[in-house]
Amino acid sequence: MSDDKQIDKTRRNLVIATCAAGGAAGVAAAVPFAASWMPSERAKAAGAPVEIDISKLEPGQLMTVEWRSKPVWIMRRTKEMLASLKSIDAKVSDPNSEVPQQPEYAKNESRSIKPELLVLVGICTHLGCSPQSKSVEDKGEMGADWAGGFLCPCHGSKFDLAGRVYKGAPAPVNLEVPQHTYLSDTRILIGTDKKGV
Amino acid sequence: MAAAEKPPVTGTGSTALDGLLTWIDQRFPLISTWKAHLTEYYAPKNFNFWYYFGSLALLVLAIQIVSGIFLTMNYKPDANLAFASVEYIMREVPGGWIIRYMHSTGASAFFICVYLHMFRALLYGSYRAPRELLWIFGMLIYLCLMGEAFFGYLLPWGQMSYWGAQVIINLFSAIPLIGPDLSLWIRGDYVISDATLNRFFALHVIAIPLLLLGLVVAHLLALHEVGSNNPDGIEIAKRKDAKGIPLDGIPFHPYYTVKDILGVVVFMLVFVVVVFFAPEMGGYFLEYNNFVPADPLQTPAHIAPVWYFTPYYSILRAVPPLFNSQFPGVVAMGVSVMILFLLPWLDRGAVKSIRYRGIYFKVALTAFVIVFLVLGYLGTEPITVWGQFGGWLGDADRATVISRICTVIYFLFFILMPWYTKVDKTKPEPARVTH
Amino acid sequence: MKNLSALLRAALALLSVSPAALLASSALLFAASAALLSPTAKASEAGRRLDSAPIKPTDVVSLQAGARTFANYCLNCHSASLMRWNRLLELGLTESQIKDNLMFGSDKVGDLMTVAMTRKEAREWFGAAPPDLSVIARSRGADWLYTYLRSFYRDPVRPSGWNNALYENVAMPNPMWQLQGERVRVERAALRGAAEAGGHAGAAKTIKYETVRPGTLNPVQYDETVRDLVNFLVYVGEPAAITRKQIGVFALLYLLAMWPLAWLLKREFWKDVH
Repeated sequence: MSDDKQIDKTRRNLVIATCAAGGAAGVAAAVPFAASWMPSERAKAAGAPVEIDISKLEPGQLMTVEWRSKPVWIMRRTKEMLASLKSIDAKVSDPNSEVPQQPEYAKNESRSIKPELLVLVGICTHLGCSPQSKSVEDKGEMGADWAGGFLCPCHGSKFDLAGRVYKGAPAPVNLEVPQHTYLSDTRILIGTDKKGV
Repeated sequence: MAAAEKPPVTGTGSTALDGLLTWIDQRFPLISTWKAHLTEYYAPKNFNFWYYFGSLALLVLAIQIVSGIFLTMNYKPDANLAFASVEYIMREVPGGWIIRYMHSTGASAFFICVYLHMFRALLYGSYRAPRELLWIFGMLIYLCLMGEAFFGYLLPWGQMSYWGAQVIINLFSAIPLIGPDLSLWIRGDYVISDATLNRFFALHVIAIPLLLLGLVVAHLLALHEVGSNNPDGIEIAKRKDAKGIPLDGIPFHPYYTVKDILGVVVFMLVFVVVVFFAPEMGGYFLEYNNFVPADPLQTPAHIAPVWYFTPYYSILRAVPPLFNSQFPGVVAMGVSVMILFLLPWLDRGAVKSIRYRGIYFKVALTAFVIVFLVLGYLGTEPITVWGQFGGWLGDADRATVISRICTVIYFLFFILMPWYTKVDKTKPEPARVTH
Repeated sequence: MKNLSALLRAALALLSVSPAALLASSALLFAASAALLSPTAKASEAGRRLDSAPIKPTDVVSLQAGARTFANYCLNCHSASLMRWNRLLELGLTESQIKDNLMFGSDKVGDLMTVAMTRKEAREWFGAAPPDLSVIARSRGADWLYTYLRSFYRDPVRPSGWNNALYENVAMPNPMWQLQGERVRVERAALRGAAEAGGHAGAAKTIKYETVRPGTLNPVQYDETVRDLVNFLVYVGEPAAITRKQIGVFALLYLLAMWPLAWLLKREFWKDVH
């Protein structure tokens, strides 16, 4: 290696061929080890979509369910709540949901599939605390023109009734809308767009 | 050699690489190590089939460490969770079953390679002076390996895991005076339990592997200090050319690196056939009863150690209890392993290699191999496997009688060695190696 | 005779040329024959003859039938808690088929096949806890399971009313008695066996049954049902088995191709050595 001997062409080709074949074998052998870090069946089962029964959800009521160890809010908004959203457009940072914090079918005024049913991941987009629901009755605490929404107790970020973040809040983007789909009028599947996989 | 005095590295074909290697070599004995242990370590040119198993054992060590690390990522060392966690790896971790089978096959492959590696030493006298320390390091590696396998076997927490450990640790309680307390101390509890499992896990995963790595380095350093033996048992260092290179020596790199690559390919072929087509190997590599979760309340009908321990287990079983104690059997089993340490001093032969030994050694070694294999087989079976003699030997199990005869022959191989190797009529050793 | 000596000479020539290659190939042959000859046949500990289970691991229809039998007749008492329901998707079933036809207790198809009965309750009610069946095929073997499930007979002496010719005084009742029907055991010592009455109990006797009440299946259909169930249990014991062999073929072929390459490399370098 360190002297000037002429290396036989056959020898060099065989070395290259063997190294290439060995390298390929090495990569193949490494595959199961790297694959073992992918989520296991247990992790996938724990992270599987959850089916929620919303038949008992009253108008104006918020329910919290768990999906992938995260809180997910489902709120049945009233007509007044939906009507108030337009007036808040000017007060929120991203009124038209340009930042992809929601699936395509939730990129609308109400940030939902069905206007009245709001589905949000209840984790503040600032540093991960879980905001509290503050209804329109909490005007005393939230200010005179509070129409309802969420307040994060950690650093004061405010979100409206479509999960849009108010201007001036530490949180940078709107609350995440998870993938979800309706199996029927009373059953919602959170975590996937596809039914009956 | 001071850094500034070392010549720069040249000849890799790339100035950048040359520069990097020079920088390293000025701060680390890179080139001197490369030369001393690879390109200017001269090994005899007549290595044969028996010389593959050292490098193969090193390969298996690497396989066990890598597969072991990845198993540790998902295994749970808790008596309530261990068995299920192994099946979790087999079924739910992507690629987990490959990693598990590599580790279980590797364990048996390790012993196959090590036994064949040790047998080479018996064939060619590789333990003889000046290689006694090399042999001692090797024997220490063998002891660590047996410990490693024993501790590792408890981890799946199957019936064989549990009861095998129970039986072996109970052997320590046969030691007079300190026995029961010693067993209690080893177990950390009154029976094999979660406490035992946790400490065996620590020993298996980190303590013994570290020891093994250190001993393997020592083993290789000791080898390179005195040079390798060869199938003719002659010292190639005795005949050197003008430059001081042994006439029958060839640089380890590239000749033996290339030959060992061939060895690795063939080994991997057999390894892969086992892993993918016969991982249980008829119940010898993965025992059937170990697929039953450990049950402290139910002793299996037949407890046997894994195949690589069975020759010594047979010896243990062959020795009858004396004064109501199993202790003599335990001692016999211990001595049967430890006596191997003494080989360099028991062998008084005029020559090293079996090629030039007389008929006594050849008969003795053949007998040793046969009894080792017979004892090994019998250790896997219940003692009633060959039935009873009947007649004037009465109720005696055939296997017990034969184990006892084999045990005697086993020990005689060593005890009589100073005599039969000395009086053996040897052939003259050649001056230069043959093939 | 001449051919034999020529053969021997050829063998010796081969041996002298490359003993290493020959020994390696015999190791390979040994491993390969172990692979081909071993899997499921294991002798029963009592020395009883086991019937060979005629299972075909690649028969998906058989596996599906076995899954159905398992869910209907076994899962009430036995769990298979290391196996997940949605694994059965690889048998060609859909999620809704699994949920509607196989799952009675659990809600989600990603759940493990567990039972509500605890070990303590089981021991109280049956005398012994029904073992988890996830890896039963790996510990007992397919032949044992196949023989066992077809060896039940009525025995008024036993608490459950049932006994088993393979597993004396087992606590388990016949789970599929409605399919197999009820039968009693008729002892008949074999002519030679009568003399060896002191030896292995039962081994010398041929076991004969007499049907007292037929079940919904005839013996051939019942055997097929058991065969499918055992096939399923073998699958549950190691779901990755088929994949394992498929990958193994590729690995084997690749290494077989690498062998001559490595050998040529070795020979090329060793031309220098004399």
